[in-house]
Amino acid sequence: MEVKPPTPEIPPPVWTEIKDLQEWEKYHQERSAGDATSNTLAGLADSIQNMPGGWIMTTTTEKVFNWARKSSIWPVTFGLACCAIEMMATFASRFDVERFGMVPFASPRHSDLMIVSGTVTIKMAPMLRRIYDQMPDPKWVVSMGSCANSGGPFRHGYHVVKGVDRVVPVDVYVPGCPPTPDSLMYGLLRLQERVAEFQKTGKRSPAAVEG
Amino acid sequence: MTSSEAATLIRERFRAEPVVDGRAVTVAVGRDRWQELGAFARERLGCLYFNWLSAIDWKEQGLEVVGRVENLGTRLVLIMRTKLGAETHCPTLVGVWKGADWMERECFDMFGITFDGHPDLRRILLAQDWVGHPLRKDWVDTGYTPYR
Repeated sequence: MEVKPPTPEIPPPVWTEIKDLQEWEKYHQERSAGDATSNTLAGLADSIQNMPGGWIMTTTTEKVFNWARKSSIWPVTFGLACCAIEMMATFASRFDVERFGMVPFASPRHSDLMIVSGTVTIKMAPMLRRIYDQMPDPKWVVSMGSCANSGGPFRHGYHVVKGVDRVVPVDVYVPGCPPTPDSLMYGLLRLQERVAEFQKTGKRSPAAVEG
Repeated sequence: MTSSEAATLIRERFRAEPVVDGRAVTVAVGRDRWQELGAFARERLGCLYFNWLSAIDWKEQGLEVVGRVENLGTRLVLIMRTKLGAETHCPTLVGVWKGADWMERECFDMFGITFDGHPDLRRILLAQDWVGHPLRKDWVDTGYTPYR
């Protein structure tokens, strides 16, 4: 029995003759058209207007600013109780809210969002309010967990604030005891939607319950 | 020293009837002999370890202060109780055990019991501007929240 050596298939030297690479090239030539309707610019597309007969494009600064705001929400590093563990998990690599532009920042003066993650005691409420006051406008608050929403299992205790909305205005309530990182992430995404419709007059749509 | 021996000593000295349960001795004395019982427990019974001190609100019968001290060498446990009646004053044990300091502050915080002779009787857990004493049975939750 004769053993034949395998015949090597050497690709042609010109890459344009390869079908896959041709498709790849075709895809990238069409990509500029695809970007106009990509998710990144979807929020802006409805506000972009072409001047008739010209190449000048106009949009409203509000739309641009809100798009920038919602894409870089920095929550202040502020963990109160066991919900903070879930919040840390949300910030960590497995769930990774950094892909939404959310970086936990250790200074209220650079932050846009406060996630109230846990039980607020009456003794802690002034500090919470002070951190909220130190954050620059516009700022948002996510109430995370039953305790921050209503007092939770400690509602009838003598030392617990019965809902953090008695201390600071809340934009999104995330129920759960504690909420899973998925719930918090969904709440944060709904917060992004609310940020996108933020108006400079300070008018906001009423608080939503998410999770 | 076993618990029954300690009970005998207490019975001779204070004319109270201690209850022995295992290595624990429970004794109730009057408020005027509270400090005397503390000094006796430390010096004669060797109870150097001050475990805790708290209070019970018996509603109409008034408040009762309860403390637990231990002799860690002989594993003797002494539970001291005193009824305050209509009063809210109690002698302090800080002169006997330094560890009684913060426990009595907490007791003052939660029950409003004034420990006479305490060096620094302030609130320890609740905010300094808190009104009332929340572990009293007659305390009513008003839903008080700062800033709103």
